[in-house]
Amino acid sequence: MAEVLVYVDHVDGAVRKPTLELLTLARRVGEPVAVALGSGAESTAAALAEHGAVKVLTADAPEFADYLVVPKVDALQAAYEAVSPAAVLVPSSAEGKEIAARLAVRIGSGVITDAVDLEAGDEGPVATQSVFAASYSTKSRVSKGTPVITVKPNSAAVEAAPAAGTVEALSVSFSAQATGTKVVSRTPRESTGRPELTEAAIVVSGGRGVNGAENFAIIEALADSLGAAVGASRAAVDAGWYPHASQVGQTGKSVSPQLYIASGISGAIQHRAGMQTSKTIVAINKDAEAPIFDLVDYGVVGDLFEVVPQLTEEVKSRKG
Amino acid sequence: MSLRIVVCVKYVPDATGDRHFADDLTVDRDDVDGLLSELDEYAVEQALQIAEEADDAEITVLTVGPEDAKDALRKALSMGADKAVHVEDDDLHGTDVMGTSLVLAKAIEKTGYDLVLCGMASTDGVMGVLPAILAERLGVPQVTLLSEVSVEDGTVTGRRDGDTASERLEASLPAVVSVTDQSGEARYPSFKGIMAAKKKPVESLDLEDLELDADEVGLAGAWTKVDSATERPARTAGTVVKDEGEGGKQLAEFLAGQKFI
Repeated sequence: MAEVLVYVDHVDGAVRKPTLELLTLARRVGEPVAVALGSGAESTAAALAEHGAVKVLTADAPEFADYLVVPKVDALQAAYEAVSPAAVLVPSSAEGKEIAARLAVRIGSGVITDAVDLEAGDEGPVATQSVFAASYSTKSRVSKGTPVITVKPNSAAVEAAPAAGTVEALSVSFSAQATGTKVVSRTPRESTGRPELTEAAIVVSGGRGVNGAENFAIIEALADSLGAAVGASRAAVDAGWYPHASQVGQTGKSVSPQLYIASGISGAIQHRAGMQTSKTIVAINKDAEAPIFDLVDYGVVGDLFEVVPQLTEEVKSRKG
Repeated sequence: MSLRIVVCVKYVPDATGDRHFADDLTVDRDDVDGLLSELDEYAVEQALQIAEEADDAEITVLTVGPEDAKDALRKALSMGADKAVHVEDDDLHGTDVMGTSLVLAKAIEKTGYDLVLCGMASTDGVMGVLPAILAERLGVPQVTLLSEVSVEDGTVTGRRDGDTASERLEASLPAVVSVTDQSGEARYPSFKGIMAAKKKPVESLDLEDLELDADEVGLAGAWTKVDSATERPARTAGTVVKDEGEGGKQLAEFLAGQKFI
């Protein structure tokens, strides 16, 4: 069976969930060979082996943290040349997409970004994408070179599939471009203690109707009762009520959780683009005519300041 | 010496319109009104601010697209860019990101540049990778997805807000920069700006001018192939209730029924 390269997104050796999902998809098209770079790379091996990686290629060097994107492209290219894989799969983070695209240019391949599903096909892997604010679904494939495909979080279930996960050191020589953009300093994002927005099974979002930064406390309280991540519409972010990192929509995060709860969000196309593929959608809004109600499985027309706290209390008491 | 800024912009179907695919599975650009991609306005704005800070700067706005794409160039010129380059060729129909980046790189090199500025993504394709590909093709530093950018003494610096951290970046010019919608509201064209834009030069280039062959671009030369496009079925109408005092409890009942609680 052909080998498939899987780029590993990890934080100091802790593999992030989208990479484990990617291994599930990778196993459909070949034998996963993982590529883990930077500090803690070798510590990723156990988790990767548990989820199907037959091999884990690792490399660490200061360049990975000190310079933007290109050192990682150099390393992934080295892995590509060492393995000659049938496809290269990368998690669809902002950085992941950039790494994938630059690799594709170098190896003379086409690139598909933001796939939401992947299956084996006669002419190589077939990627499903959700386009035009999720109003269309397309099936595409790379028609030149080795397919390079990035896959969005929550596109597949994490499955245990124990494999060897043999660790091998990857030898990387950095290109002249590798040190072009220096990372002068890095400030880690403060942890909220809540699940990562793009990875969460449940997302609770607030919009214009929340009407003030201080009122986001009731959105957070509902989220915490459900173990959910907190999102915000562009209107709420632009008003300065909630950080941009939590923005759901075309220019923010695109989420696809099991359950999406929209509070005080009208459902403009910009927002729908980022949440329309959620499995179950629930909305609370004062305006019965709000377009968000066209998407919902269950909606409540009412004052979110009444409905949301009541829901939070009910969730808490049912959970005991 | 003058700072030469090239801003890459895209003419896209209006996202609030009824966007769909043509028979050949390319984006239908005929039946929907087009406009300058909203996310590119942020790049034009930052170019204008950087030019205002520099002693001497010239902003060229560049697009690849059909005849109507001139509208996007006019908008950028009316905001304050100095001149425009329009790459237009029938053979470009159906070109994907690899081909488009090839054409842009050739046109940028032909125009001459110190700084290439792009938006974070287009509002139609939304890949967000073109700036990185351009940097790869041009062989210059990639300084992308900046929420804050400045250029001084031949160095570009900026802030990139990532998933897990916020980074301060620094690179020497020439470089490719992309800016996010957090970089600062774009200005509206003034009446004077709109009038002035009509007199600004728009250079037209075709593939021959850029020494590119038709088989390197277009639908036939694309590096990816769309096999099918299916309209997502409308979500089945759900239950919508009016809150009569028990709305939160009713919602909890629904969530419990779906096993979320």
